[in-house]
Amino acid sequence: MAFKQITSPHAHASQNTGKVMQLVLWATLPGLLALTYHFGWGSLINVLLATATAVVAEALIVQMRGRSVSFYLRDYSAAVTAVLLGLALPPLAPWWVVVVGTLSSIVIAKHLYGGLGYNPFNPAMVGYVVLLISFPIQMTSWVTPLALLPEGVSHPGLIESLSIVFAGYSPADGVTGPTPLDSFKYSDGLLVEQIYSQNQLFSQAGIAGVGWEWVNLGFLAGGLVLLGSRIFTWHGPVAMLAAIAIMSALFWDGGSSDSPGSPLMHLFSGASMMGAFFILTDPVSSTVSNRGRLIYGALIGVLVYIIRAWGNYPDAVAFAVLLANFAAPFIDNYTLPRTYGHIDRRRATEKGEEEKSK
Amino acid sequence: MKTWVTPGGVHPPENKHQSLTLPIGTLPIPEKLLIPLSQHIGTAAKPCVELGSAVLKGQKIAEAAGPVSVPMHAPTSGTISAIEHRPIAHSSGMLAPCIEITSDGKDQWQAHQGVADYKNASASTLLQAIAEAGIAGMGGAGFPSAVKLNPGHERPIHTLIVNATECEPYITADDSAIRERAAEIIEGIGILSQILGHPDNIMIGIEDNKPEAIEALEPHVQGSGISVRSFPTKYPSGGEKQLIYILTGQEIPSGGLPADIGMVCINIGTTYAIKRAIVDGEPLISRVTTMTGDACGINRNYETLIGTAVSHMLEHSQFNEERCSRLVMGGPMMGFSLTSAEVPIVKTTNCILAPSYQEIPDDEPAQPCIRCGLCAEACPVSLLPQQLFWYSQAEDYERLEAHNLFDCIECGACSYVCPSNIPLVQYYRHSKGEIQKARAEKVKSDHARQRFEFHQQRMEQAERDKEAKRAARREAAEQAKATAGAANNGAAKATAEGQSGDSAADIIAAAQARAAARKVSPEQQLAKFERSIAGAEMRLQMAEEKLTEADAQQTDEQKNILVAAVEAARQKLEQAKGRLAEHIKEHKGEQVD
Amino acid sequence: MIETIAQYPILAALIALVGLGILFGALLGFAAEKFKVEGDPIVEQIDELLPQTQCGQCGFPGCRPYAESIANGDAINKCPPGGQATINAIANLLDVPAPELDAEHGEEAEVRTVAYIREDECIGCTKCIQACPVDAILGAAKLMHTVIADECTGCDLCVEPCPVDCIDMLPVEETIKEWHWPAPPTTADIIASDLRPQL
Repeated sequence: MAFKQITSPHAHASQNTGKVMQLVLWATLPGLLALTYHFGWGSLINVLLATATAVVAEALIVQMRGRSVSFYLRDYSAAVTAVLLGLALPPLAPWWVVVVGTLSSIVIAKHLYGGLGYNPFNPAMVGYVVLLISFPIQMTSWVTPLALLPEGVSHPGLIESLSIVFAGYSPADGVTGPTPLDSFKYSDGLLVEQIYSQNQLFSQAGIAGVGWEWVNLGFLAGGLVLLGSRIFTWHGPVAMLAAIAIMSALFWDGGSSDSPGSPLMHLFSGASMMGAFFILTDPVSSTVSNRGRLIYGALIGVLVYIIRAWGNYPDAVAFAVLLANFAAPFIDNYTLPRTYGHIDRRRATEKGEEEKSK
Repeated sequence: MKTWVTPGGVHPPENKHQSLTLPIGTLPIPEKLLIPLSQHIGTAAKPCVELGSAVLKGQKIAEAAGPVSVPMHAPTSGTISAIEHRPIAHSSGMLAPCIEITSDGKDQWQAHQGVADYKNASASTLLQAIAEAGIAGMGGAGFPSAVKLNPGHERPIHTLIVNATECEPYITADDSAIRERAAEIIEGIGILSQILGHPDNIMIGIEDNKPEAIEALEPHVQGSGISVRSFPTKYPSGGEKQLIYILTGQEIPSGGLPADIGMVCINIGTTYAIKRAIVDGEPLISRVTTMTGDACGINRNYETLIGTAVSHMLEHSQFNEERCSRLVMGGPMMGFSLTSAEVPIVKTTNCILAPSYQEIPDDEPAQPCIRCGLCAEACPVSLLPQQLFWYSQAEDYERLEAHNLFDCIECGACSYVCPSNIPLVQYYRHSKGEIQKARAEKVKSDHARQRFEFHQQRMEQAERDKEAKRAARREAAEQAKATAGAANNGAAKATAEGQSGDSAADIIAAAQARAAARKVSPEQQLAKFERSIAGAEMRLQMAEEKLTEADAQQTDEQKNILVAAVEAARQKLEQAKGRLAEHIKEHKGEQVD
Repeated sequence: MIETIAQYPILAALIALVGLGILFGALLGFAAEKFKVEGDPIVEQIDELLPQTQCGQCGFPGCRPYAESIANGDAINKCPPGGQATINAIANLLDVPAPELDAEHGEEAEVRTVAYIREDECIGCTKCIQACPVDAILGAAKLMHTVIADECTGCDLCVEPCPVDCIDMLPVEETIKEWHWPAPPTTADIIASDLRPQL
């Protein structure tokens, strides 16, 4: 009788990468629904187009690398990147914007660095930033939320949306408009109170901005599901949201004309929740220890606020995440957990036995 | 009772009920038993029986070799049929020295008795008995128990922890032993307590998934000062370090032993073996081993003789090879795979697992690490497994040590949860092995360097000596010339060249002094001559011997050479003798003086 | 003075730059003296990394002379006993790219070997004893010699001088205690190595 030589452990949990990624995809659903409800078909088209592009690009590259295509597509990681990018792009963006962005994500940010697990930067955010810098006009025209559409105007239907995206038709007047963060950025000289009363985006909103608050709540809900199923730990998202809240509370400035906005507004508009639960938690490009994730999340939160408040862009999650990606290995070096039986934590930069000589 | 909670841990399906439906059984005595000489941590035992000799059950067949070693005993009566290298239960599938006993079927005990009046015996007597009984930790590592129980005066023991955790899935050896042998186990713990000078705390740590075992212990611990502590089931609570933390909230310093913080932790199966050794005088020749897994029709615990082949166990358990996905010694988390079923059960074997493909399928191919961090969440010692994996792949051994690779207990929790099916533990084992190999090579190369440097120095010294000798000879020759010249030229020249003559005389004087200093004493000279005579005699003798030997078979030419050699040796001997005689004559006068 | 400088701003820039240069130079010099790190001389460090077989395959009479030569700029890929691991370690130490082993000096052995003397054939000529760089051979003239296997570095130097060819280089067998798990097969690796045929 001969048997196989296999290393322990012999038992394995049933979790696998494909399942994790699928769960992440499902968790984006509430956010996608909120986006579709409030901003029309655009986001759904983005997501589907990006996914198709990503899967094809992934398959081609894996093929070129001489690997098994079916094995690598089964991990769903390309789909997750594409869906997140699609959700972040403005609805009704031209098709080529979506395609260029997705290709940048999959080909440049992911496979050129070695594929899944080796990318130092979040691929979706690399794609987003490439687009934001290259095509600022297409990237900053957002759709007006359903509730604020002018009388007699409605979001384009599915067919019309497709023609806008693929054939370059212009949407009707009033279908595009500013986001809450845009409004704040470009309302100089007005007290917060005045902005709130003058701008329908805020005056008709519950907590932050019409439509946007629901989108953010949708992502929050999806994120909590993932947190509940232990796909990631609470440290990163909580640190980021707390940092945004603290920063905006510190610089609230009593609602003066210089105030960059209230904590509630910052937490529930733009890509705050999506960033906190779906972007920052990308494990590959983030830090590895829980303490590291606290620092990493807080760093992103602070950067998001700084760029939103004093930078050139109305929203900043993509930039903040990429900047923090740079810092992640550095943070890792100084945030090793304390191992059982050791008096204190070590630094990853220590060499071998150094600790004992102390 | 407060218990602490370790970080990390996993909850794999327990699968313990299968092997608990039947009580502990026995197997028929196998025809042959194979006893490896190294079943424990430390030096391998040394055989003390001859091939072919008859042994009785319980007779010692191998001696402990050194302080950290244990003896081996015959598990049944029979004859020693082999002492050689055989495959043993090891992940490598390699061979190791073993003693094979062919059973005579009588299973006849040798005369044995326990330690007389053990309740009043001294700790050293008891320790001696434990060492003689060949007891090594039966939980897995196999550390000689007598060594563990004797931490020395500088480390007083205040806490004795008995490990009944058995946190690995499938294994029920300790559980069933407690259910059926609680009284003897408690008696064993009493003996341990006596050896350790009655420590303040004696605790039995047990997971709360063994209510029957806890119930079985309760009546026996009443009033004995032993407390049974149960805590929530979580893998790996049964690791020594983890259990100590769970029960006391204290950590063993990295690289240290429980004794460093005044504790001793011992497996509950070992306490039973200690009781048998002290009270009944029986050495460790059998143990409870769980036979489980869906590829076997019968799942139960057996009181198995040490040395029983795994195949023997399988045969009596309705084993179906077709269904078996792998054969594991130990549990599904830390057990190691066996490549052959012909290897023996040893003192540390608590389980044989023969799972079906449905239970434990073949491993899926590894996907890339996505650094999801599930492994870090699962790690019971707070390492960062994905970083260790990363550096293992990169063979960055310095970083691995900085990330405390050597604190990894190889529990397998990280591999268990890994969604990418990466064999993390194998990476760590490989890296640990490589680092240890590099350390050993470093020691070896440092040693070689020292030897080389010494060699170098020695050669230089020899060269210097030779040079010095040559210089001295040259000088002596010159001096001889100078003396002759000086004599010829006479004193006139010396007066004419006043100063230079002075200096020439100086040189002569100095040279003479040197020559006198170089001159050895007559006794030394004598000894030297005698040595050379002895050497010459020996050479002559050898040459003659060779000649007689060669006479029969060799050609004349060769014979002539040998004859010449003999002649040369004889001449040399003569010369030496002549020189000696001369020397003696020369120095006779001196000696008389 | 001030006026001249004000008149020619280039002068101001020049003075400022030179001044800064002097200041920082002094600062650096001070720091270099004050926080000087006493490291092992580079030769020692290289010698530490060499395998100390003293085999001379590199063309130098021993490991240390080769270490000295490396410190003076010699190629680091002349040590077959150390193999790629040693080359990598030295490259890492010196912060240079790691070349492959120079085949001129020999090939990296698969397994470690030690010398073994077929004792009944030995004529006791002591030639191997003189060749051994680490004094690992025992014996005297006209008496049988033997190798202390634990001390042998496997350098081969004793094989050549033996007049009756009674020295074999035998592989050292791995014991069960030395065995450790091999690295798992890599299924997903870094792209650079992807298309390279299996070596």
